[in-house]
Amino acid sequence: MASQNKAPKGDRKVILVGNPNVGKSVLFNALTGAYTVVSNYPGTSVAVARGHCEINGQRYEILDTPGMYSLLPITEEERVAREMLLLEDAHAVIHVLDARNIERMLPMTLQLIEAGLPVILLVNILDEAERSGMSIDIPLLQEKLGIPVVGGAMRSKRGLKEVRQAIAECGDDDLPSFGYSSDLEKDIAKVTDTLTGDYRLDLRALALLLLQKDDEILALVSDREGDNFEQVQQAAAETAFEHRFDLHLRISLERKRVCKGLLAETVRQPENRRLRFADRLSAWTTNPWTGFPLLILVLYFGIYQFVGKFGAGVLVNLCEGSLFENFLNPLAISLIDRFVPWYWLRELVVGEYGIFTLGVRYAVALVLPIVGTFFLTFSVIEDVGYFPRLAMLVDRVFKKIGLNGRAVIPMVLGFGCDTMATMVTRTLETVRERVLVTLLLALAIPCSAQLGVILGLLSGVPGALLVWTVCIVLIFLLVGFLSAQVLPGERPMFYMELPPMRLPQFHNVLVKTMTRMQWYFLEIFPLFIIASVLLWAGKMTGALEWLVRGMTPVMGMLGLPEEASAAFIFGFFRRDFGAAGLYDLQEAGLLTPVQLTVAAVTMTLFVPCIAQFLMMKKERGWKVSLGIFLFVTVLAFSVGWSLNIFLLFTGILS
Amino acid sequence: MQNSSKAEDILEALWIAVVEEGDNSISLQDLQVSVDDQPLVELAEQALVEVKGARVYLRHEGRMEGQKVVRRHRLSERLMMDIFDLKGANANSKACEFEHLLNEGIDTKICTLLNHPTTCPHGKAIPPGPCCFEARKKGGAGVVSLTELKVGESGEIAYLSTEDPKKMQKLMSMGVLPGSSIRLSRTFPAYIFHVGNSEFAVDEQLAQEIFVRQS
Repeated sequence: MASQNKAPKGDRKVILVGNPNVGKSVLFNALTGAYTVVSNYPGTSVAVARGHCEINGQRYEILDTPGMYSLLPITEEERVAREMLLLEDAHAVIHVLDARNIERMLPMTLQLIEAGLPVILLVNILDEAERSGMSIDIPLLQEKLGIPVVGGAMRSKRGLKEVRQAIAECGDDDLPSFGYSSDLEKDIAKVTDTLTGDYRLDLRALALLLLQKDDEILALVSDREGDNFEQVQQAAAETAFEHRFDLHLRISLERKRVCKGLLAETVRQPENRRLRFADRLSAWTTNPWTGFPLLILVLYFGIYQFVGKFGAGVLVNLCEGSLFENFLNPLAISLIDRFVPWYWLRELVVGEYGIFTLGVRYAVALVLPIVGTFFLTFSVIEDVGYFPRLAMLVDRVFKKIGLNGRAVIPMVLGFGCDTMATMVTRTLETVRERVLVTLLLALAIPCSAQLGVILGLLSGVPGALLVWTVCIVLIFLLVGFLSAQVLPGERPMFYMELPPMRLPQFHNVLVKTMTRMQWYFLEIFPLFIIASVLLWAGKMTGALEWLVRGMTPVMGMLGLPEEASAAFIFGFFRRDFGAAGLYDLQEAGLLTPVQLTVAAVTMTLFVPCIAQFLMMKKERGWKVSLGIFLFVTVLAFSVGWSLNIFLLFTGILS
Repeated sequence: MQNSSKAEDILEALWIAVVEEGDNSISLQDLQVSVDDQPLVELAEQALVEVKGARVYLRHEGRMEGQKVVRRHRLSERLMMDIFDLKGANANSKACEFEHLLNEGIDTKICTLLNHPTTCPHGKAIPPGPCCFEARKKGGAGVVSLTELKVGESGEIAYLSTEDPKKMQKLMSMGVLPGSSIRLSRTFPAYIFHVGNSEFAVDEQLAQEIFVRQS
């Protein structure tokens, strides 16, 4: 397989690996410039960025992997990163690490060297390390490690030239090997002696992974060894059993011992650290007394003011009101009217549900500004390093609903786009957590487009927004709590690295936002078009009217006018379609405050949009996604019905 | 000098009666021995006890020896309870057998393992040994779980007790390894600690699995 991947004339592959938050993406951008393609790794939903660069006339393909802590994967992302290392025929593997944490991250360099990969070590963020008084002797480290080592700070492009040079010079030099204690070496030898197949990976590394019961490696070895496999498995199992109590620990400690030796004269640490403002801010965000007020500030300015007021208000008015309604729509309509004689085609393009007048207008003018501003806020918050702290802050609450704090990240992303968030649930560790988050996203997390419209709708009616918020939060907690009791599975554990807080980097934020916008546009734009075609077909055939009439009794039960049923039907094609439909109703003065609130709550809880449903099916399978679909639908209308009765009975809002 | 188990039991009973309960002696009848029983003769020959008439007296020299026996007994009780998780009559009889094996410095090791306990499971005081005085002089409480540390305190990671290999692996790959220094900076709503120059947050269940030697 290795030979068929090798294309001497083609692009050589360079893979970037390392822990999360060490500057892999910054290096990636510095090497490749602006043109990158972010796509899912085949067969997975983990995004991998690919780009190109040219050094001395030779083209290289650069692959940015998801963050990984060790060659032994735990999460889906780490699995993908490792698979890339194992399967792609790399010309060079650049291990990026954070100079400040070199002692902790160097063991992975050993693992990569051990695996027989052509490793270049980049000691990144050297500037901040030096600022804190630390010094690292890079040439000495290179001599001791026996592989190319570059020190630098990619954010200021320091060391970039050396990295490029190291890539160009990376050849088939013999890799150094680091000895472990004799008994561990003996155990490794017991396994390597039985291996006869042909592997990309070094046999020692393979043996170590086998000893640590790595299922994928076991499958790979089973594939390559054929009849001999039983013997290999036997040897690995026996040795692993002998050291069942402390195998992982022994291996880790051995690596640590080797690293300590490597760093002994190389690194000088200052005695005491100064407390910086970032440290103090970090302490505030993790203290519940100051953390929750800070969270509210972030939500108020980041989401309410920027996304809600600016994105959904100013930008939407500008795009929809000025651009489309006054200019583009009349232009399109007059053009079509002049040149197209057929009624059905005119309807299809510029009619009530026309591709241009509805599909394109909604996608570009109504949704894009809202989603765009949200993704911008999300990227800034992400780049600052706030999310792990938020996860830690809410961990206790999330435990009550069967999740751990980690789940807050897909949840927050859900406020941007539930479809994307459903995909991101893959990063959670257990199937139970993934199902729970998928359910809660489908039910109680409104996406930014929907949220924008609903905030706009309800802000005109005093008290309505409060009732809506209380309802959604209650349903979220109640359903989370109950389903956590019902769903089987182990209790989740919470652990997370808290990267140092820092000022957002303009370029990082821009790239992250653009990547998400690009994904959104590619995935969602076609759906708007399909949705408007479906609606058009429904209108032409009368099916839509039939459906809307079918929904009318349900609307009656909720105390809503029958026109609202159209909004609910649209709601399935895009959540925000539905909310925007309500907006039109309110503009027309057809809804009382109670009706408005009931409709908004029901709409928020109601079935996710078609895109999210398809993503649920893809991630969770038919059974689970249909179950969630039914549950959410029934619950949404029951809650709407009860809320209507409750509001009418108590006289709140009327 | 190694006394027989029976002799140690006599010494123990005497020490408890004299030192803890305020008697000056025990009758032969209460000890269920006769004057010429081998264990008693053995103790008398070493001048640890003195037999006068029908009563046995603890000599001054016997006090130190008796205290050691009691200490061993109560340590082994703690061992049965805390480590082997045995309770009730079974634990008592096992502790009685076990205490006689704790000679020659083994009691020191058990005492250190148990983090120098001061009372037995029945609430009676365990006489401190030299190791306890030494640990007290150092001021450290020995090895404790991360959850026992106060904010701002630091130490060295002694071991990870987790049985779940995945959890252990995750902790280790984050650099939470025995021998690393660790500093606790927050305990609520989750535990935040520094290892090296990095900061981590874990929940209480995981924090309990990290054992720290305080510095």
